[in-house]
Amino acid sequence: MSVSLKLKDLSEKEVLLSSGHRMCAGCGAAIVVKMVLLAIDKPVVVCSPTGCLEVTTCISDYTSWKTPWIHSAFENAAATMSGVETMYRALKKKGRIDKEITFVVFAGDGGTYDIGFQSLSGAMERGHDMLYVCYDNNAYMNTGIQRSSATPFGAATTTTPAGSAIPGKMQHRKNIAMIMAAHDIPYVAQAAPSHYKDLMRKIQKAAAVKGPKFLNILSPCNRGWRSRIDDAITLSRLAVETCTWPLFEIENGETTITYKPKKKKPVEDFLKPQGRFAHFNKPENEWLLKKIQQKVDREWDNLIRAESAKGFYN
Amino acid sequence: MKSRGIKELGAGPVITFPGNSLSVKTGSWRSSRPVSLKENCIDCLFCWLYCPDMAVNVAGGKMQGFNYDYCKGCGICALECPGKKGRKAIAMQEEEKI
Amino acid sequence: MNVAVAVTGNDAMAHALKQINPDVCAAYPITPQTDLMQRFSEFVSDGEIDTELILVESEHSAMSACIGAAAAGGRVATATSGPGLALMWEMLYVASGMRLPIVMPVVNRALSAPLNIHCDHSDAMGARDSGWIQLWSENAQEAYDNLIQAFRIAEHPDIRLPVMVCMDGFIISHSICRMEYIADDAVKNFVGWFKEKNALLDIENPVSYGPLILTDQYHEYKKIQSDAMERVFRVTTDVAAEFEKISGRKYDLFETYRMEDAETSLIVLNSAAGTSKDVVDEARDRGIKVGLLKPRLFRPFPHKQIGKILQHLKAVCVLDRSDSFGAYGPLFTEIAASLYNYGGKPRLLNRIYGLGGRDFLPKDALLAIEAVVAAAEGKTDLALKEYLSIRG
Repeated sequence: MSVSLKLKDLSEKEVLLSSGHRMCAGCGAAIVVKMVLLAIDKPVVVCSPTGCLEVTTCISDYTSWKTPWIHSAFENAAATMSGVETMYRALKKKGRIDKEITFVVFAGDGGTYDIGFQSLSGAMERGHDMLYVCYDNNAYMNTGIQRSSATPFGAATTTTPAGSAIPGKMQHRKNIAMIMAAHDIPYVAQAAPSHYKDLMRKIQKAAAVKGPKFLNILSPCNRGWRSRIDDAITLSRLAVETCTWPLFEIENGETTITYKPKKKKPVEDFLKPQGRFAHFNKPENEWLLKKIQQKVDREWDNLIRAESAKGFYN
Repeated sequence: MKSRGIKELGAGPVITFPGNSLSVKTGSWRSSRPVSLKENCIDCLFCWLYCPDMAVNVAGGKMQGFNYDYCKGCGICALECPGKKGRKAIAMQEEEKI
Repeated sequence: MNVAVAVTGNDAMAHALKQINPDVCAAYPITPQTDLMQRFSEFVSDGEIDTELILVESEHSAMSACIGAAAAGGRVATATSGPGLALMWEMLYVASGMRLPIVMPVVNRALSAPLNIHCDHSDAMGARDSGWIQLWSENAQEAYDNLIQAFRIAEHPDIRLPVMVCMDGFIISHSICRMEYIADDAVKNFVGWFKEKNALLDIENPVSYGPLILTDQYHEYKKIQSDAMERVFRVTTDVAAEFEKISGRKYDLFETYRMEDAETSLIVLNSAAGTSKDVVDEARDRGIKVGLLKPRLFRPFPHKQIGKILQHLKAVCVLDRSDSFGAYGPLFTEIAASLYNYGGKPRLLNRIYGLGGRDFLPKDALLAIEAVVAAAEGKTDLALKEYLSIRG
């Protein structure tokens, strides 16, 4: 039986991430982690690769984790967790442990799409029982906003500054959810904290399934996105309403779009409040907006087709 | 926070006190603070849910104000607060003016 | 009952792992280690042991998985060679820094480029500063014996550090030789139960592994780690004494051969020591007072004890199966450090041999003996560092 997702009921629950962590004020990732932990009712063991979450939640003598947690390096969260989960199976087989445990990885997009990609792919292929959550803030935020393969087209980062010759990042994002779905794992989903019920329901669904599960969750970062300190949830909502960040799930290869905006908003609504897209306003950069809108439209159409075809990619 | 010396440290860097970051009072980062206007509050608990710092106190499903020891003053709670009849139940105030 | 067998070095190491039956092993193929874990996988597939295998997608993940598994709270092993060890490099430091008692056979292999699958010691020597304990083995028997003892050393409450057990690739890993297996029960009793400490899977007592530690405590944690390494000498000696009771074989931090009245000595690691001992015997027959010293424990290095033994000699030739380009071989550096601080000053020579699996033949050992004797006699035009048997 899963925990009730009524906020009144959830508020009675202990959050396994404690106050006193040193994530930035207004951090989206902290909200995501909190929601994920609240949705799970079994004991959890957490692994984080090097990144914002890791360096802010466990420093010297202080940990914000009220549940077992491990960090070993940047590129290997899935491999590290593979080891933890395998030891769990080994000890359970020998009768030295009896509890049911949910194994959760919280990794940023750098540790997921880029440097941790191989170890993630390996762990998914081997079928370890783990829930891998990517808190996607669209860049290497911990090292100071460098581009990653999750950075959207056109965004200015510190390694793709919007210059006169090159106006920001010139490549589109990697479609990590589809790549994970291609591993034929039982559950893949994309979620956003503004749509918390959808997010938490997905976590509960994933946690109930044995085997590897992957969730990509948008984590607005006001420092990296050059936006207001209080707009993490607002931007998350705009990302969903513009279909920049579609909400869907892929269960055993079948796609379901879990939220369809009544009227798809123009991508501009999501980009405008963010300083990383400020250069889009220059007349010579109008093409950037067009290109990004085309990409969003194409992916949304693909998703709709995938849903009606009961598949996951078109 | 005084850091422990070599005699007080264990063999390896493992922290055995879960959640002891409570002794790190991040409220000192704040430049403005949320103030609860209870008369406009409908106890929707969005402020509690969206707070990245677990700094909104709730008891029995009722919003009970803020824990200023940890609140970093981001203001997400105030922005997301639906309030009552268009009137917000959370207002942000600059620390200097308090 | 102990039984005599004719097996390869990889067979012997796989058999030791089978007798130990670790909770979790990670494996990734790399020549010449491949058939060690391959053999071990057969034991698992046939249900002879109940180890959980993780067949990872790289050595980096092998070590990462071992780190996760060891922190979770159980006995863990993996094995690798050459480039595989190089790929693990970052994680080696994490394993030792987290004080996780992982045990790993290293079947020594050269590093690229050029690509080469054969033996030299560049792999393990590159990892000598990683905080792992290193035991080196001349033959399959020593590799087997060292591997069994490695678990006891690694898991000792005063130590809690990972151990690599080095054995020469192909020369030992793939050659069949006669050796003895200890009875299963005796090995089982010897290694005993794994005693968990700060197990991640202990849900009732949550621990956090792998904090960020900056200028406040990092320095202290490294000193604590360094102090643990200092205790390895005593623990290794104690474990060897206990091991003698079940095996009848005596182990020390290093082995000396015909050193009693020696005036000169060769210093050599692993399989080349076997060849060298024969050549030392022949030289002795000709009245040359030469001996041999073979380190077993390379990390930590027993500088003091070795310095004491070598200090009275006239000359010492250190044979290195790896180079530190632009400097002296890694073994040479340790021997020089042993002598500088402890008494006399024999003349020192460094000979680099056998890179990328080049055979180390009796004639090479003889060249080294001739050089060390010439050094002892005061010959002045000897090269301090030289590659042996370079083809012209």
